Amino acid sequence: MAYDKFTILRSTAVPLPIENVDTDQIIPARFLKATKREGFGDNLFRDWRYNGDDTPKQDFVLNNPIYSGKILVGGHNFGSGSSREHAAWAIYDYGFRCVVSSFFADIFKGNSLNIGILPVQVSAAFLDKIFLAIEADPNAELEVNLPDQKITILSTGESESFDINGYKKHNLMNGFDDIDYLQAMKNEIREFETERIY
Amino acid sequence: MSNQASTLFDKVWDAHVVRKIEDGPDVFFIDRHFIHEVTSPVAFLGLESRNIGVMYPERTFATADHNTPTINQHLPVQDPLSANQLKALETNSAKYGISHWGLGHARNGIVHVVGPENGITLPGMTIVCGDSHTSTHGAFGAIAFGIGTSEVEMVLSSQCIMQPKPKKMRVNVNGTLGKGVTPKDVTLYIISKLTTAGATGYFVEYAGDVFRNMSMEGRMTVCNMSIEMGARGGMIAPDETTFAYINGREQAPKGEKWDKALAYWKTLKTDEGAVFDKEYTFDAAEIEPMITYGTNPGMGQGISRAIPTSDQVEGGKATYDKSLNYMGFHENESMLGKKIDYVFIGSCTNGRIEDFRAFASIVKGRKKADNVTAWVVPGSHIVEAQIKEEGILDILTDAGFELRQPGCSACLAMNDDKIPAGKYAVSTSNRNFEGRQGPGARTLLASPLVAAAAAVTGVVTDPRELL
Ligand code: SF4
Repeated sequence: MAYDKFTILRSTAVPLPIENVDTDQIIPARFLKATKREGFGDNLFRDWRYNGDDTPKQDFVLNNPIYSGKILVGGHNFGSGSSREHAAWAIYDYGFRCVVSSFFADIFKGNSLNIGILPVQVSAAFLDKIFLAIEADPNAELEVNLPDQKITILSTGESESFDINGYKKHNLMNGFDDIDYLQAMKNEIREFETERIY
Repeated sequence: MSNQASTLFDKVWDAHVVRKIEDGPDVFFIDRHFIHEVTSPVAFLGLESRNIGVMYPERTFATADHNTPTINQHLPVQDPLSANQLKALETNSAKYGISHWGLGHARNGIVHVVGPENGITLPGMTIVCGDSHTSTHGAFGAIAFGIGTSEVEMVLSSQCIMQPKPKKMRVNVNGTLGKGVTPKDVTLYIISKLTTAGATGYFVEYAGDVFRNMSMEGRMTVCNMSIEMGARGGMIAPDETTFAYINGREQAPKGEKWDKALAYWKTLKTDEGAVFDKEYTFDAAEIEPMITYGTNPGMGQGISRAIPTSDQVEGGKATYDKSLNYMGFHENESMLGKKIDYVFIGSCTNGRIEDFRAFASIVKGRKKADNVTAWVVPGSHIVEAQIKEEGILDILTDAGFELRQPGCSACLAMNDDKIPAGKYAVSTSNRNFEGRQGPGARTLLASPLVAAAAAVTGVVTDPRELL
């Protein structure tokens, strides 16, 4: 599925300073019954966001109008648990293009990159600084610069660089995906397959 | 460099790299691909919108398990959304020529149970599925891991995915396990030591006496849970136990092919002196029957211990308090004697015949506690048949338990098997996240023995007292 190219993102951010946010929280299993990739944003963090009777929980950050933006900032070990790509879809569909944390679970990170969300891993100290900056001013902006692999807190000017492999970076910046790449090397795969013992 | 010592993981990984991308992932060939109804429909839609087909349909296997009902499977599925997904799996499989074991098929069951029991899972293979517990198949010395839907689409269309090679970790457990200590306890113990993120970025090999002496069912339980400490997967070198398990299974190699395969499988082990990026060693004697008290699988401990205080655990106090608060537990409380409302035995972690044997060993001659609702759910129809053949069903019935039909059931509660809000469930599944078993449900992960002890006493009970 095509996604928007990612180069430099400048936005306010939504803080979620909770550790081990797992994919069952991001999107509970009962919302995985669709056969199309549509409307997952409505159920993002469903059980943290709504009461059993579907009224919003006022103390949850997504229900607090002072916070908004295209960047989600989460606590350590974000995205642990299931392989459901629906978790990344829900985040994308809600309107986020970037998730910042001090640590990501593997599958979530891969899924995000595959659908055009940039996971930015920063140091624990820098993560704290981001949380502090947003706490001080909910309108504080972050700048995520993919070409330079750098994230900056614009209100304080503090920045840190982040890692991403060259291949994925190229894909994100150009809106390419892995399937395009693989389709182009089918003959090589076919040759490989004939050699397999299974 | 060709005679350099290498690990089991390296041997299998390197044999599947089609192309290495500089400063990028490997193009990684997949021998076996399992699909189910929940994570595949969007991948098939993707194929259609790109106008591409399935490259090797014979390498993909479909089974319905995630949202299937566990009673009255002969009737139409009530929930229209679930029915729709099941239909999509059937239609897509038929359209592209993929083997499909749908609801009611004699070989239907949970994807990670049916793969091994039908001989589809073999040593040295690469195996993926859109379910993170695909790591189960690593018990055979395969590299097996969960993937997202975009990757399902990649495998369907090109039999490859793009994967950076993970780092290598070895976890050794030596010595002999005590009475009442099962493979589930071993894995919950390891996760409690490493934490839920302790193996992120790694692929784990399990080694040592404990795994050597373990049955294939037990090895599957351990490899299954690898993901719960963040690892992409876990594997165990194949040996005589593995070969004996595979021999004669429906899709296992036969005759000359068997001999050839066996010769290859015997090379699949870590060479003396091979180097791991990280290594842990534990003593089997230290492991007790385990139970979790919090909202991630790393929050577990020996069943006789008190719930730790926040300064005894890693991570922030706020997160810890939130977790205990959700569970309705307090620091320093004993887990023993806590009242239980539900017991779930099943899932791809503990839904195999050996698990029901263990459960029955405690239930036999006792009665289900009145305050407990129990869901006894086999991992597959083949397991269900074994339960009947071996007389386990009679033991269960005498004790007041009902046997349900196979599926994922309360492991992820996508069907009707949901634990109600606020209720406590001792569960043999793999995740105790908030709401995993139903909105507001409170999950205590444990072995089939601990589940059985809770089911007959109505409270958290040390199974060693009942053995
Ligand atoms: S039993 Fe649970 S973990 Fe296993 S395949 Fe089903 S949903 Fe996934």
